Amino acid sequence: MQIKIKHEDYDAIVAHALTGLPNEACGLIAGFISGNTKLVEKVYLLSNPDQSPEHFSIDPREQLAAIKDMRALGLLPLGNFHSHPSTPARPSQEDIRLAHDPGASYLILSLTENEPVLKAFGVVGGVVSEQAIVRL
Amino acid sequence: MKITVAGAQKDFPGGLTVAQLIELENVETPEYVTVSLNDEFVENGAFTSTVLNDGDSVEFLYFMGGGC
Repeated sequence: MQIKIKHEDYDAIVAHALTGLPNEACGLIAGFISGNTKLVEKVYLLSNPDQSPEHFSIDPREQLAAIKDMRALGLLPLGNFHSHPSTPARPSQEDIRLAHDPGASYLILSLTENEPVLKAFGVVGGVVSEQAIVRL
Repeated sequence: MKITVAGAQKDFPGGLTVAQLIELENVETPEYVTVSLNDEFVENGAFTSTVLNDGDSVEFLYFMGGGC
């Protein structure tokens, strides 16, 4: 599986994560699936009710509103993203434990380096596989 | 009765509870699911006592969270 994401959506995720510092930031991605490719058409920049540099959760009310918007636009939910302000872009044990949707892509943006690092993962039965990200 | 589940209208027998709908819809890992009924969230402990009515709209939302 590969994730294709437009530059402006990538930039929006980075800006959202930087704005949320020192806490983790999060959101949802939606778009289309064609074969082995997920094309991100819209990014939902959501709040992190945990207000924590080490944890995030997605507010169910914001999640519901986003799902309805996706449906109205004919988009599919593709997964979510969150930032790691001070750790690498890899799923933590908590990320893996709470990855309940085997069809979702889990994007993680690390802010530890000079340049942000965005990676994507699938998690099925606790097994993590990296998914390539192509920036358009 | 007709209930809209995740945007799709379906027919179900009358008197159906949220818990029964979760079973009928084969919702995976229901312990991590939040249910909205007509845009109001149903407490997890009320799934078995919440009876659905004709025309209701239900959404299943999976908990999303994690940590670094």
